[in-house]
Amino acid sequence: MNDSRSLKILVADDTDADRLILETIVRKEGHQVFSAKNGLEAVAIFQQEHPDIVLLDALMPEMDGFDAARQIKHLAGDEIVPIIFLTSLQDTESLVRCLDAGGDDFLSKPYNRVILKAKIKSFNRMRGLHNTMITQRDQLAQHHQRLLQEQTVAKQVFDNVAHSGCLNASNVRYFLSSLAVFNGDVVVAAIRPNGNMMVLLGDFTGHGLPAAIGAMPLASTFYGMVHKGFSMSDVLREINKKLKAILPIGLFCCATMIDFNFRRKRLKVWNGGLPAGMIYRQADGSITPMRSTHLPLGVLPEKNFKDDAQFYDVEEGDRIFMWSDGIHEARNLDGDMFGEERLLEVFAKGSEPVNVFDDILASVKNFIGSGEQDDDLSMIEIRMDAPENLVHPNHYFIHRQQLSPVEWEMRFEVKPTSFKSFDPLPFLLNVLTEEPDLRGFSGSLYTILAELYSNALEHGVLNLSGNLKKSPEGFAEYYTQREKLLSKITDGFVHIYVAYSSNIEGGSLTLRVEDSGSGFDYNARQGKILSTTGYSGRGIGIVEKLCKTVRYYGSGNKVEAVFAWINDD
Amino acid sequence: MAISSTVSADGAQVTIYIQGRFDFSSHQEFRNAYEKLNKTPSRFRVDLQGTSYLDSSALGMLLLLRDHAGGERADIEIVNCSQDVKKILLISNFEQLFSIQ
Repeated sequence: MNDSRSLKILVADDTDADRLILETIVRKEGHQVFSAKNGLEAVAIFQQEHPDIVLLDALMPEMDGFDAARQIKHLAGDEIVPIIFLTSLQDTESLVRCLDAGGDDFLSKPYNRVILKAKIKSFNRMRGLHNTMITQRDQLAQHHQRLLQEQTVAKQVFDNVAHSGCLNASNVRYFLSSLAVFNGDVVVAAIRPNGNMMVLLGDFTGHGLPAAIGAMPLASTFYGMVHKGFSMSDVLREINKKLKAILPIGLFCCATMIDFNFRRKRLKVWNGGLPAGMIYRQADGSITPMRSTHLPLGVLPEKNFKDDAQFYDVEEGDRIFMWSDGIHEARNLDGDMFGEERLLEVFAKGSEPVNVFDDILASVKNFIGSGEQDDDLSMIEIRMDAPENLVHPNHYFIHRQQLSPVEWEMRFEVKPTSFKSFDPLPFLLNVLTEEPDLRGFSGSLYTILAELYSNALEHGVLNLSGNLKKSPEGFAEYYTQREKLLSKITDGFVHIYVAYSSNIEGGSLTLRVEDSGSGFDYNARQGKILSTTGYSGRGIGIVEKLCKTVRYYGSGNKVEAVFAWINDD
Repeated sequence: MAISSTVSADGAQVTIYIQGRFDFSSHQEFRNAYEKLNKTPSRFRVDLQGTSYLDSSALGMLLLLRDHAGGERADIEIVNCSQDVKKILLISNFEQLFSIQ
């Protein structure tokens, strides 16, 4: 602000002579002058002209300087308009009155030109500072407003990713509060193809944006894998790997993950660093804690990660509670923490199971009182229901859950005319992955089918020898010959038989592949170790590792592989 | 195209990407990706981000690449494997021959 610029200055004095002297002094300094003969006029002119500085006589007719000062300050609002009282009064009380009325300074009569000039200059400087401050305050407010808007939009995206799934299922209740728009806690829940529900509650170190960022890959990995039927340890390993790779050291995620098997009434629990969750048993009101036995996610490198879980048997009507440390660490005004004991007291009160969730929240809120909540506070309750009573708006397959065993089989044959053009693998895989149980194994199933089929076709029907593949040239030659033989073939077959069988415990898939070839001496390859460096010959070894059993029959042209799984893996 | 590849600016590293099923049908393309280079790279990356499935012929092809790249001295990283693909690689003890990320 240039303090030598021309200012608009209001001069109010009922004495003509005094007013004239002032006007002259001020005008000589190059400022624009507005004159008033009393307080009323001064206020009117102020409203009209918005002067920068007001020189106000204290004692005037109509309205005195004190009232005028109050009105002017009121009219000026946020803007600072320095008021300098002009007074011949000298007593302390009068001078204090001037300042109380909103005056910023006073000037004694008779006027000293040098002092007046200096005061105008000084107050103008103050106005400048004030205006700068106001501008910056407004800018800050604007920035803050925009930040909040951006966070609100980002939170919608975040919520869409993090809190989708089956949190709205009929047997789930949850509560998430946060300090900022973003939450360092994440709750994800989804239904596995086999009808189990998987729930993960995570608490990232820190709050707000930095903590929320880690929740995005966690949630997308969780949903991507659970829907496909991956096991809990696969999901945990993948999340741990991702978080370890992307989070800076010191940022990690304490988490509890539970696989709820409603059919077998069983929980599989992995807890890494969160306070113990509780199983509240309806029958006797007893509590079983599910304590942390692992390090949080994102701490250990992949190879050191431990995925062993605890199993708990439960009954219908039992309620399972998971929470972040926000509840345990909630503080009251004295700085005491809520702690696990108080939490257990809520259960011990023996209220209706249906009310426990609200009771816990209420007693935490009660405890905090007017104290500040200084951590994210999250809690989720899952009720064990009969599978047929679960309602999931987005998960139709739960109703498809079979309590009774399922069995089917199919067989088909690839004929000579089709060997060249027809690839049975995608077709077979599509059929198999229609079974929810098998969806999580599609990678293994593909490899098993591919090995069995290509062995039958190449070594059986086409009678190609794997020995060709001993050199890079041989490797290429093998596939050149394969192509050539396929284009000429006129007889032979590959017969494929698939039998699927599953029940509540798990299931098995039997694959039998028979070809028209002459077979091979399968006794010679028993117990063969999987070679690591040869270009070929490891196919069956892989199948043997993936399957429960692999057996050859007949002259070696028939093979049976049994792939088995247990539902709780 | 199931196979694509990129070479780093200094020609020292080649990255081979495999989309979809990794099996013998991409054998020629896979070889072309590392054999038809002006300069033999010192590092190889096989990016399996887009690879859904693989079979033993793909494992054979990875070993062909390894021998081409110097056998025991080969510097080959296999990156971005899905759990499924990784399982097959580990069953075959390939972590002893390649750096698997």
